[in-house]
Amino acid sequence: MNYHWNWGIFGEQVKGGDETYLDWLITGLGWTLAVSLTAWVLALSIGIAVGALRTTPSRLLVALGTAWVELFRNVPLLVQMFLWFFVVPEFLPRDWSLWVKQEMPAKEFVTAALCLGFFTSARVAEQLRAGITSLPRGQRDAALALGFSLPQAYRHVILPQALRIVIPPLTSEFMNVFKNSSVAFAIGVMELTFQARQMQEDSEQGIETYLAVTLLYFICAFTANRGMAWIEARTRVPGLIAKSG
Amino acid sequence: MGEFDFSVWGPSLPFIRDGLLFTLRLTLIAMTGGIVIGTLLALARLSPIVPLARVAGAYVDLMRSIPLVLVILWFFLIIPYLTGKPVGAEVSAIITFTAFEAAFYCEIMRSGIQSVSRGQVHAAHALGLTQAQAMIHVVLPQALRNMLPVLLTQTIVLFQDTSLVYAIGAKDMLKAADVVGKNYNRPVEMIVLSALIYFAICFSLSLAVRQLQKRVAIVR
Amino acid sequence: MIEIRNVSKWYGPTQVLKGCSTQVAKGEVVVVCGPSGSGKSTLIKCVNGLEPFTEGTITVDGISVGDPKTDLPKLRARVGMVFQHFELFPHMSVRQNLALAQVRVLGRKADEADARGMSLLDRVGLRAHADKFPGQLSGGQQQRVAIARALAMDPICLLFDEPTSALDPEMIGEVLDVMVELAQEGMTMMCVTHEMGFARKVARRVVFMDHGEIVEDAPAGAFFDAPASDRARTFLARILHH
Repeated sequence: MNYHWNWGIFGEQVKGGDETYLDWLITGLGWTLAVSLTAWVLALSIGIAVGALRTTPSRLLVALGTAWVELFRNVPLLVQMFLWFFVVPEFLPRDWSLWVKQEMPAKEFVTAALCLGFFTSARVAEQLRAGITSLPRGQRDAALALGFSLPQAYRHVILPQALRIVIPPLTSEFMNVFKNSSVAFAIGVMELTFQARQMQEDSEQGIETYLAVTLLYFICAFTANRGMAWIEARTRVPGLIAKSG
Repeated sequence: MGEFDFSVWGPSLPFIRDGLLFTLRLTLIAMTGGIVIGTLLALARLSPIVPLARVAGAYVDLMRSIPLVLVILWFFLIIPYLTGKPVGAEVSAIITFTAFEAAFYCEIMRSGIQSVSRGQVHAAHALGLTQAQAMIHVVLPQALRNMLPVLLTQTIVLFQDTSLVYAIGAKDMLKAADVVGKNYNRPVEMIVLSALIYFAICFSLSLAVRQLQKRVAIVR
Repeated sequence: MIEIRNVSKWYGPTQVLKGCSTQVAKGEVVVVCGPSGSGKSTLIKCVNGLEPFTEGTITVDGISVGDPKTDLPKLRARVGMVFQHFELFPHMSVRQNLALAQVRVLGRKADEADARGMSLLDRVGLRAHADKFPGQLSGGQQQRVAIARALAMDPICLLFDEPTSALDPEMIGEVLDVMVELAQEGMTMMCVTHEMGFARKVARRVVFMDHGEIVEDAPAGAFFDAPASDRARTFLARILHH
């Protein structure tokens, strides 16, 4: 088989429309960013809360946190996408269910962001729990001995330290969010992978298409990595690294 | 609340079983091939031959930074050009997953090899073993044992990831559930069934890995 | 001030405290000593409720520590504690370490808390280090900051849990000097420590523990000159030998 290269394909018009293929890819990048960033905010807020709950003395809270993590970790992301998109609306009260199915704006986007956010929150929670467990127990004691309540000890002493510790693993989770957002194609979010498949079929220039999309994912992951490195540098505590190293 | 009819689960089972068999076969082949190729990649990455280490490193980094769905699409597109004839989605999936997972197993094996102390290598050399013999008989067995829980955890991830062959329409368990769901007009019930099966398998496997982890920790 | 009555504690099947009773009066300095694993650290952590205990009662300033209705954070805010590993908060500067609980727990204004913190830093001779982070200080300096942090809460008494045992020998003196000064000013102190020189100098009583039991509870002079039990004699011989 021979392949016919056509690097000009991105400027050409799509079949049966007046957009160019480049327009498709830009739209795709937009949705990829929207899904990933929304999911990441959600994942951080839920994941930090759940991870912290799993380190409290309350057995009930620990069990709830563990159940949360196990639930989202043991079902494939793609199946979770289908669950949120097709199954969850069926379990809602009738009026809500109808509204979700027929009227909810950007239904695919909202579902994908929620799903990816919850999925990632379980992974963030695991990292945070490990980070908190790695702190010396004396830190918690010292905070309590000063008269802090347990929530205050978390807020002022435990979490600020644990969050710094988990920045490196969270960096790779943040990069994973961009990669995992590609699964949203399956429920019709018009993100990069969706556009890649569509452009490949429409233009029959698969290699150029996939190269461009691969490059765009690269740029996302690289930017995410640099962003987290910047945060890590900003929050670095003088004397702390010298001591541990 | 919608109305459910879970009676579709009964007649769906033969299809689900066939799908699950493919999913398992894909997982096992990709695991075996992935660990073998991954170990070779790890040795290449750690080798003193710089170009070899560079190429292996670039391959691993590349695989690890692209979404799996995109890798699946890439291979599906490229393989026919390499083999000269179209291959089915199933064969394409097996090649893709082996090549993709090799990158992840490589990183695990690499840290496994590095976890074996230098003293072990020196002791092997002192006994007259060659570099290769020391690697095969002393370092790799220990690396494999130390990393067994991590390798198995990665395999659970792999098992879940095989569902993404949906992108090229290979007939795995999820696809079987999808087809039955469409035929009987009961897609919701079939998604629930496949989620339950995935959960049951992955959850029991991860419990088993946790037990193993405890035992490995004691032996060490 | 501190009343410990018949306190026992089990970790599963093992008993780590066996019917311990003692007390610390206002203005008194009591040193708790004993071999490692004797339960002395566990006992002192029971006093401010960091370790729960199974039986008995502990009251601090008339408030029962084990009572589930007691507002523990409120009580702990009035009882200072100094730890073996300092436990300064590594993500905050010295100044912030001193101010944090004053502001968040006692509700002091930020500038008021800072002024109080700085005057205590002055007192432990570390004003110049106010804007450093704990990781940039030596162990002895960190422990002095930790004492200042406890004092900043204006505590009614201070608990010391082996405050010098994580320190290099040349830094022990600077920490003990601060503790002696506090004792001489009439601070109520309960100190788990092996520093027998310190005990001789300022302790009113010495409590000797072994295997979770209080074996001796005697005036300091009597304890050092004529320990009543064999176990205390062996312990003293071993520790004074060094």
